[in-house]
Amino acid sequence: MKNKRTLFHIVKREALPWYQAWMIRGAAILLALIVCSLVTVMVTGLNPLDLYKSMFYGAFGTERKTWVLFQKLAILLGISLAVTPAFKMRFWNIGAEGQVMAGALACATVMITLGNKITSNWLMLLIMLVVSVAAGALWGFLPAFFKAHWNTNETLFTLMMNYIAIQLAAYFIIIWEVPKGSGKIGMINQNTRIGWLPYIGGKQYAIIIILIAILTVLLHIYLKYSKQGYEIAVVGESERTARYAGIKVEWVIIRTMILSGALCGFIGMLLAGGTDHTLSTDIVGGRGFTAVMVSWLAKFNPIVMILTSFLLVFLQLGAKEVATSFYLNESFSEILTGIILFFIIGCEFFITYKIQFAKSGKEA
Amino acid sequence: MEAVRNAIKMEGITKRFGSVVANNAINLELHEGEILSLLGENGSGKTTLMNMLSGIYYPDEGQIYIHDKPVTIASPKDAFDNGIGMIHQHFKLVDVFTATENIILGLNEDGKMNLKEAGKRIKEISQKYGFEIDPDQKVYNMSVSQKQTVEIVKVLYRGADILILDEPTAVLTPQETDRLFAVMRNMQKDGKSLIIITHKLHEVLEVSDRVAILRKGEYIGDVLTKDADQQSLTDMMVGRAVSLNIDRPMPVDPQPRLEVKGLTVYDELGVKRLNNINFTAYSGEILGIAGVAGSGQRELLEAISGLYPIAEGSIIYHNPKTNKTGDLAGKDPLEIQKAGISMAFVPEDRLGMGLVGSMGMTGNMMLRSWRKNKGMFLDKKEPERVANEVWKELEVVTPSIDFPVRRMSGGNVQKVLVGREIAQDPAVLMTAYAVRGLDINTSYTIYNLLTAEKMKGVAVIYVGEDLDVLLELCDRLLVLCGGQVSGVVDARTTDKRQVGVLMTRVGGKTNEK
Amino acid sequence: MLNFLVTFIPRAIMQGIPLLYGSTGEILTEKSGNLNLGIPGIMYMGAISSVIGAFYYETFTPKGMMNPVLAVLIPLVCCLIGSFLTGLLYCFLTVSLRANQNVTGLAITTFGVGFGNFFGGSLIKLSNAEVPAIVLGGTSGYIKTTLPFANKLGWFGQVFLSYGFLAYLAIVIAIVASYILKRTRTGLHLRAVGESPATADAAGINVVKYKYVATCVGSMIAGLGGLYYVLDYSNGIWSHNAFGDRGWLAIALVIFTIWRPSVSILASILFGGLYILYLYIPTGTEMAIKEIYKMFPYIITLLVLIIVSLRKKREDQPPMSLGLPYFREER
Repeated sequence: MKNKRTLFHIVKREALPWYQAWMIRGAAILLALIVCSLVTVMVTGLNPLDLYKSMFYGAFGTERKTWVLFQKLAILLGISLAVTPAFKMRFWNIGAEGQVMAGALACATVMITLGNKITSNWLMLLIMLVVSVAAGALWGFLPAFFKAHWNTNETLFTLMMNYIAIQLAAYFIIIWEVPKGSGKIGMINQNTRIGWLPYIGGKQYAIIIILIAILTVLLHIYLKYSKQGYEIAVVGESERTARYAGIKVEWVIIRTMILSGALCGFIGMLLAGGTDHTLSTDIVGGRGFTAVMVSWLAKFNPIVMILTSFLLVFLQLGAKEVATSFYLNESFSEILTGIILFFIIGCEFFITYKIQFAKSGKEA
Repeated sequence: MEAVRNAIKMEGITKRFGSVVANNAINLELHEGEILSLLGENGSGKTTLMNMLSGIYYPDEGQIYIHDKPVTIASPKDAFDNGIGMIHQHFKLVDVFTATENIILGLNEDGKMNLKEAGKRIKEISQKYGFEIDPDQKVYNMSVSQKQTVEIVKVLYRGADILILDEPTAVLTPQETDRLFAVMRNMQKDGKSLIIITHKLHEVLEVSDRVAILRKGEYIGDVLTKDADQQSLTDMMVGRAVSLNIDRPMPVDPQPRLEVKGLTVYDELGVKRLNNINFTAYSGEILGIAGVAGSGQRELLEAISGLYPIAEGSIIYHNPKTNKTGDLAGKDPLEIQKAGISMAFVPEDRLGMGLVGSMGMTGNMMLRSWRKNKGMFLDKKEPERVANEVWKELEVVTPSIDFPVRRMSGGNVQKVLVGREIAQDPAVLMTAYAVRGLDINTSYTIYNLLTAEKMKGVAVIYVGEDLDVLLELCDRLLVLCGGQVSGVVDARTTDKRQVGVLMTRVGGKTNEK
Repeated sequence: MLNFLVTFIPRAIMQGIPLLYGSTGEILTEKSGNLNLGIPGIMYMGAISSVIGAFYYETFTPKGMMNPVLAVLIPLVCCLIGSFLTGLLYCFLTVSLRANQNVTGLAITTFGVGFGNFFGGSLIKLSNAEVPAIVLGGTSGYIKTTLPFANKLGWFGQVFLSYGFLAYLAIVIAIVASYILKRTRTGLHLRAVGESPATADAAGINVVKYKYVATCVGSMIAGLGGLYYVLDYSNGIWSHNAFGDRGWLAIALVIFTIWRPSVSILASILFGGLYILYLYIPTGTEMAIKEIYKMFPYIITLLVLIIVSLRKKREDQPPMSLGLPYFREER
């Protein structure tokens, strides 16, 4: 008789100590970097050492580059933080792109329409903040409302909301374009600098970095030590348990998505008022989606997110440098990002499960 | 006499899940053309063993023979190929499909898929064995018994000559059970071999030719049904004569605590689940609730705790501290808590409803207490204290109070849940199937805890499935049938048979002539 | 008015074809329970793979020596291989390694869009070809070949017969996919896998195989949408990010059609029409309003999504296990 016994079984692991889990993740990243450099070497013919030099230069080469790195890190981290409360609740919000856009659009609207009327920059910033946060919150509220009451699929809902926000922005960009027909708004309030986030010590991005650092700590505390954070964790685990414990699940879903959206709106304001000083349809540039991955890779832990977003931003800027110096296309960085992501996504399996090979002893 | 031929022979079958041995070196035979009962307590490994015949699990050790030929069953398909069909306790049906679509699912007959032709064959099979089935009905429109019929026809359609039924009667009314047994006998006459998994002794005696008994993953032995009676089977099943010997003191100064009046509820589909329920739960007594599974027990407890929408009726609570009364109907769990009503509830679905699986004991203790302190931050001290107390006093086996409860064993999970609910110092304590799946020792721990609560003056409501336990643990029994109260009896003076009769009488009206 | 329709409908259809490919592919995928948000990336992969194949063939074949059959086959096969491999990667991560589907899909999209734009922009430099831009006029000419008598049939020819074979192929595939899903055993099994993998498994259906096959075939179909866009619609000219967000629109279509490829034939033409409607609505000097018109497909999809969830009709809901991994020995 032929024994077609399966060769191996997949078994859930007993708890893996945290350091082993991180060792597996580290190994995956290392492996991914090796593959990335292989790909790059194949495409460019560069020797790997020069490649890393070039990448490092792209990220930290000059003071300006370093500031850009930290600015981009802060923005990506900010969006990742924003989507995290919803994810902990197992609400698959892939609409950060649209929620940030809504915030940026609202912020630009205030800067443009009130730019001549308000002279106090602090008042201006306050209005910008309120309006941006409200716009982001609205974009978060709508899918949550339908999810909470009719269980409408939130992934698809938030996806559609992205494009509605982007088209809305496109509409206003044409209305406000300067000069007419250019399809661009140009720097808003370039002369008065009304509505621009203040420079600290002459550094444009310092304030953004500080604000995001504060946000990271606050969100960490919120999720881990606050009652609302506890509610989010319970709802994410089991809605029935939440109801049993007297938690109003619908309200928690809506409240959390308003928070997520509001934080996204806040990031939108940092983009329009702090880094770009203008509005364009690719101001978010896909970071709403990247943030989903950053947050997930960090297991929804705000502190770990600093590392994951750093990894992605470093890669992005480094690859850009390599691409530019070889007259290649900038999209090269997305290929490398993709490769890294595949490895990290794949390695989670080996943390949760182990493969047991069948014992061949007792047969025959 | 002809030599007995084996339809199935299992030899030295062992299956482990992690460190738990679910089946240990089991030897089991099913003779051709017989009905074999596989008897055992909850958690004795019956279903696991059968799942290895149906290809759901793969044995770690041992050999299976079908009609005396050694076979390897690595997948459900292998099982079908060997003529084995299993009817699972949880039906494996696709809700949006029709009966026919479900029945032909997975088959690779030659030629085009022809639903009409298949429907005709299904009708033929139904007539042959005495089923009633509409081939074009969607599964989501079916009753439980109809779904079970689809499952049985499914395996017959595949030409199975060995059928395994996993606790088929747990969800059926007595009439439906009778019909099922008739069908089983028809199949036996047709030369099929059947295994029925159950833990109901009278059914074993009624339907089977032979009984095989499992206990805690071990094969105990077999006995011909004609040589067996309830007593001998019970002895084999539990390993010692069942005299439960649950300590049952008389209630002290019972006062009305919870008065349920005219309670009626409907489910999402608009089906009446509870119909005009009336009863009073007294302090210092254990009120048992008996009934066939699905008679409205879950709905009743959830309605009282504010988790199930109430259509009509009232639930009057007598507060022992203030001597005031208030109506709970229409309040949600939060409002009930805020009204100062201390009610504890141990739900049936422990990890899906009572606990948060990914959190440790501390996080789970918090589930009842996190609102109590002021401010927006959590107080972890008090829950930690409670967690440590429960850990120590109930002897929960866990490496630490932060170890995720999902990874604990079933008995320890239940200790955490019951421990937390009792720690609330409730005035009313409701438990649903509190000992389901637990070993005897842990079950007794739970019984003692409940009795201790009763002696403290708590009104305990105990929903159970084991009549022996209900009759020895509780002071009074409320019997539910089809969403109605069919009787309230004194547990000390009633016997099992009387309760059994009530369990099958809708609204107290008898079905018999 | 007739004139308008005769010019508008063919444009709408040509816009709709890539969406039809994309949505048909995604419907097959989702029916197996996989929510593949990587479809936008996969369509880019299909597009760029075909471009790479065609580019090498066209650039390194002397002028006038191109074989029409090869000119069509090479990009077609390259496209299928490219999108198949990407679909395979998605399956490996989500089915075999049980990774989160949303995250994996987004990663695939990041990678695919990047891969497409990178090679679209750098192919010339990488291959050291001496051409100024990727213009695959030759290949496109063959792929766009229409029936010779289409022009002679007036408006009928223009509305119904003026397209390359890929447009008709898209419709055929959608009809076949519909037929398979509704009327065959394979379709029944596939739907069962998406609704309840445990049930399918117990019925002896190889869940993993069905998920792999449905997702990979779905990816290949979607990839053809990318090929059609570049080599037919855009006449073989690659421009940066030109394919845009059509992949997401294809996912929207899946919801809009409530998981029915046959409905998608008309629906994708409708979406295609909405996508370019702004070009045909006279707006005078008010240019901005066109951007609002571009919003319509998304708003309509959103409304469908909401209405379906309000009606709660069982047959109209997404496949029950959509987005969830399946693991047999889980307990």
